[in-house]
Amino acid sequence: MVDAPDVQKHEPPARYTDPIRRYLIIYFCILVLAALQFFIAYAHIGATAKFERMLLIAIAEAGLALMFFMHLWAERRGFLVFVIVFTGFVLIAMQYGWTDSYRMELGAPYSQPKQGVLHQ
Amino acid sequence: MGQADLIMEAHAPGLTTGIPPFSVSAKKMAIWLFIIADAATFAACLVAYGFLRNGAAYWPRPFHSITNVAIMTFILLTSSLTMLLGVRAAKVGARSAAFGWTLLTALGGIVFALLHIREWLGLISEGMSMFHNQWGNPLFGASFFSITGLHLLHVTAGVVALLVVGIRYTRGRYNADDLEVTGLYWHFVDLVWMFVVPFVYLLNLSQ
Repeated sequence: MVDAPDVQKHEPPARYTDPIRRYLIIYFCILVLAALQFFIAYAHIGATAKFERMLLIAIAEAGLALMFFMHLWAERRGFLVFVIVFTGFVLIAMQYGWTDSYRMELGAPYSQPKQGVLHQ
Repeated sequence: MGQADLIMEAHAPGLTTGIPPFSVSAKKMAIWLFIIADAATFAACLVAYGFLRNGAAYWPRPFHSITNVAIMTFILLTSSLTMLLGVRAAKVGARSAAFGWTLLTALGGIVFALLHIREWLGLISEGMSMFHNQWGNPLFGASFFSITGLHLLHVTAGVVALLVVGIRYTRGRYNADDLEVTGLYWHFVDLVWMFVVPFVYLLNLSQ
């Protein structure tokens, strides 16, 4: 018995027939962004600035990989929105903890300061 | 207009017409749901790591060199490209080429894992464990091994999946869509590494 094909007839045609050149360009862009992170690691800038720049670059790298390596850009817009919005909401909702980590560091306004932190 | 067309017009796709939601195959939808859940897992680990680091009075910076992590990053990024080429070959029916690219991807994963283990052994030889290290804050070891260990586990699982799916694909038991689904997982493992490198390694360089 032959199994029914899993992919429905109305699914958009295979997008993996994109020219290899496009994949190579995306690959080199991601490589350059990754290299940029390594350069920033040795830059003489503050830790916060380093973190922000590295985060932005990582998001750009991830965006390229998601859209072109994982072909999310070629899927139906509804699916793209589902993945981005659903994942984005979960990831953003996780950021609640940061305020508490600053409270631990600074000891304010709801707790006693951690020993040694304020006097460094 | 036939009855089927009328039904198609009357209902949103995926509700009653038998069309999968978003016109995505069941396997692809399953892997995307897994990826979303796994992204939340890794994000939770990285947020917890950031929380600990931000709240700690002192945080170790034990990494003297970026050479190893740079090579690991290059290998993983390149393995994503080879995976892409493998799926592309599979989609046009070039079975042997698809299998070759898949094997190359798995090889990249194996080299990455070996380099990772070598790095772990180096840190362990310097006295670092899950609960202790010579640089002070014991939470560093716990968070480092947890995050990189979870990622290494994903790479290992990915290598096994690539080999199994690749072999079954060449024997005709799996099709190009199965290889595509495995590729999506592999790209995700690569994507996670893009966040692990800057936050766990590059921000902890000894300067």
